Amino acid sequence: MSEKISFELNGQSITITLSPDHRFLDVLRKHLNIVGPKEGCGEGECGACSVLMDGYIVQSCILPLGSVHGKKIMTIEGYRETKRFKALQDAFLTEGASQCGICTPGMIMATEYLLSHNPHPTDEEIRHGLAGNLCRCTGYNMIIKAIKRAAKEGEGLW
Amino acid sequence: MKEKQNISVGIDNVEAADKIAGLAKYTSDIVIEGMLYAKTVRSTIPRGTIREIKIPTLPKGYYTVDATDIPGDNIVGMLRDDWPVFAAHHVNHIGEPIMLIVREDKAIITEIVNKITITYDEAEPTFDFTDSCEQLSFQKGNTKKAFKEAKKIIDYTYETGYQEQTYIEPQGFIGYPENDGVTLIGSIQCPYYVKHAVMQTLGASEDLVRVIQATVGGAFGGKEEFPSLMACQLAVAIHKIARPIKMIYEREEDMEVTTKRHPAKITMSAAIDADNRVMAIKSHVGLDGGAYIGLSKVVLSRGMLASTNAYTIENVTARGDVYRTNTVPNGAFRGFGAPQMIFAIEMFMHHIAKDLNIDPLTFRKAHMVKQGDLTATSGVFRDPVIMNSMLEEVLKQSNYIEKVKQYQHPESNKGIGMSWFLHGFGFTGSGEKDKIKARVRLKKDEQDNVHILIAAVDMGQGPKTTMRKLVANLLDYPIEKVIFNNPDTRYVPDSGPTVASRTMMIVGGLLARATKKLQDQWVAHQEVVTEESYEQPSYVQWDNEAMHGDAYPAYSWGINVCEVEVDRQTYEVRVRNMWNIYDVGKAIDERIVLGQADGGQAQGIGYGYLEVMNHREGKIMQKNMTDYIIPTAADTPPMENTLMDNPYPLGPYGAKGVGELTLVGGAPAVALAIEQAIGKKVHTIPVTPERIMELIDNE
Repeated sequence: MSEKISFELNGQSITITLSPDHRFLDVLRKHLNIVGPKEGCGEGECGACSVLMDGYIVQSCILPLGSVHGKKIMTIEGYRETKRFKALQDAFLTEGASQCGICTPGMIMATEYLLSHNPHPTDEEIRHGLAGNLCRCTGYNMIIKAIKRAAKEGEGLW
Repeated sequence: MKEKQNISVGIDNVEAADKIAGLAKYTSDIVIEGMLYAKTVRSTIPRGTIREIKIPTLPKGYYTVDATDIPGDNIVGMLRDDWPVFAAHHVNHIGEPIMLIVREDKAIITEIVNKITITYDEAEPTFDFTDSCEQLSFQKGNTKKAFKEAKKIIDYTYETGYQEQTYIEPQGFIGYPENDGVTLIGSIQCPYYVKHAVMQTLGASEDLVRVIQATVGGAFGGKEEFPSLMACQLAVAIHKIARPIKMIYEREEDMEVTTKRHPAKITMSAAIDADNRVMAIKSHVGLDGGAYIGLSKVVLSRGMLASTNAYTIENVTARGDVYRTNTVPNGAFRGFGAPQMIFAIEMFMHHIAKDLNIDPLTFRKAHMVKQGDLTATSGVFRDPVIMNSMLEEVLKQSNYIEKVKQYQHPESNKGIGMSWFLHGFGFTGSGEKDKIKARVRLKKDEQDNVHILIAAVDMGQGPKTTMRKLVANLLDYPIEKVIFNNPDTRYVPDSGPTVASRTMMIVGGLLARATKKLQDQWVAHQEVVTEESYEQPSYVQWDNEAMHGDAYPAYSWGINVCEVEVDRQTYEVRVRNMWNIYDVGKAIDERIVLGQADGGQAQGIGYGYLEVMNHREGKIMQKNMTDYIIPTAADTPPMENTLMDNPYPLGPYGAKGVGELTLVGGAPAVALAIEQAIGKKVHTIPVTPERIMELIDNE
């Protein structure tokens, strides 16, 4: 049964008429052409589909469209227009934190969530903050270095 | 040509800015107007004959595609051609593809697939190591005599499990009809493997099959040969339906049916003389090939070639078998047989020393390879071996010797382990010369942009950056003017597959030569094209039948040290630290090589203690990333990595191979650390809490 679902996506108001049990990731990728969030596992385990919902990190592959009604959603497409993103992108580049890159948009969104709650995380806090985002290429250490670099060089942004 | 600056200094990865911003296009991001989706109907039994397939009446617009639609051979062309595109009569493993269902709406296809019933005449499946279908062996010296004269003989058996590549992007292709032929865009390592396989299945000529690499979201060997199977199926469907079709696996399907690292059983026997030296090693490695053999024989060969690892042993007998079982076919995975064998030999050398009551480090060091020594296959280690200085450095960094003493205390619950290893690069023996015959091309256009035309794939390991850097540096030219697009078989020659850590040393070596030629022929504002093809170094002599001679022109070397803590109540293992040191000749880009090191080590230790995969009656028990655990950021330890400078004269700027080297030593390093922490010998990986409990309880 289709319903009208309204939410804010990257600062824009969206109203879409679809069954509320659609996976939000499919709605983003198929209906709204937002392909930055990736599907790695389809069950909320790998974090490649991470987006922010009212500032909280959520896995869009296990999020039913109905839950998004009235919420503010930020994906990498919106986030990449921000200063914070620029600081993260520079740091990820400098530290070599992205290899195949399939996990990176999700990793960036998880980092935003982490830094917005804890602008000066320790290594241990970063490791736990990212534990819901799997990466098979980097062994994570360069990502951790990148986040520390961004926190330092982007001082005041978070 | 003079080196303008130290080429090793890291630069920003040329693809990363787009990847970080979510702008890179992976296969599943590609949409083609009017495309259909395909889903696979699979065998639910491990072995039998298909009696009847009942398909519900299909509404208009649905298609089935099966073996009867194949215009050419129902075989996926790879090393051993035993792997059908679609099962026609017999099925040999759970998950074997039987047909595709194709339609516009993905969700409804799944419903249809679930309604198809297949009845079988079931046959007795084989799961044990009895049906050998590939055998290899080689000899060095006189093992028989050494065993006769030995003061002592020591035997051990080692076992390793499956490992799943677990690239975060599942396998996928999108394809469309083009000029009476098919074009396939996919997540692949080897564009020409795919092209040749599809040509054989369609019975089509070269010009009718075009293969393009999309951005690849991780591969690690998993996208070496498996994509050829998917591509053949999709090509048959496109040939039949004449519409664009997309086929992306879901994680569960990917885990259940794609190739994995071969489980292995390795027996080792050493003849020891009166001075506690190893006179001879006899080994046998058995690999579980799964239902189809594909390239398993080469995996076996790689494994056996590592049977003495970085030790010089005068007398060697190595034998191996690939066994056919009614399980998912196993295949390529970073390291390609070496991780199994290097686990075995590293544990074995340690266990021999313990049994002889001598210090393992001293014992292992006494057998370490030196320049000029003979390899296991009587080839020669020609180039400088700098393992002693590497060892000195890593011992210092890790404080290994002191910690070994400290952690002897049974209450410490801590352990430190060390592995050392080598890895040869490119195809074994004369494979590069006889099988691959790599060709590379450089084209300078009228705007003086230089185009790198090779089939090498950037799957995250960085050749987009390193190849452009290499050519730009050699030409002393801006890297922005050097262009390297994703390979498209319409435009690039066959420089071989992106496997075997061969890309920089072999393909990069050829590119360096083509660059030199381009420089000599350079005329501004005119098109200039240069080509190079592989020539084997004249000193390499290899007898493929006897497996005798130089298996590789050169080797890279490494040492991993790993420190762990084991919880006495839960037996949970925490990896605390790793120190690693490598001789990769010359790093073309330090940042990229260090990234390979971190990632390879994480996969290596994951293989050693964390990643459990098994099957029950042929059914893979781990369905997804919840069941199959790969290291998270919280599991992975901090890693100190050091690169040595030891340029290889024939590599570009002295570069040797990197990718696989960084994985092969992780498992024995972590297993030896756990062995010390629990005070029990470890013979099987992964060393899970359950296994630790068994080792402790079986006291």
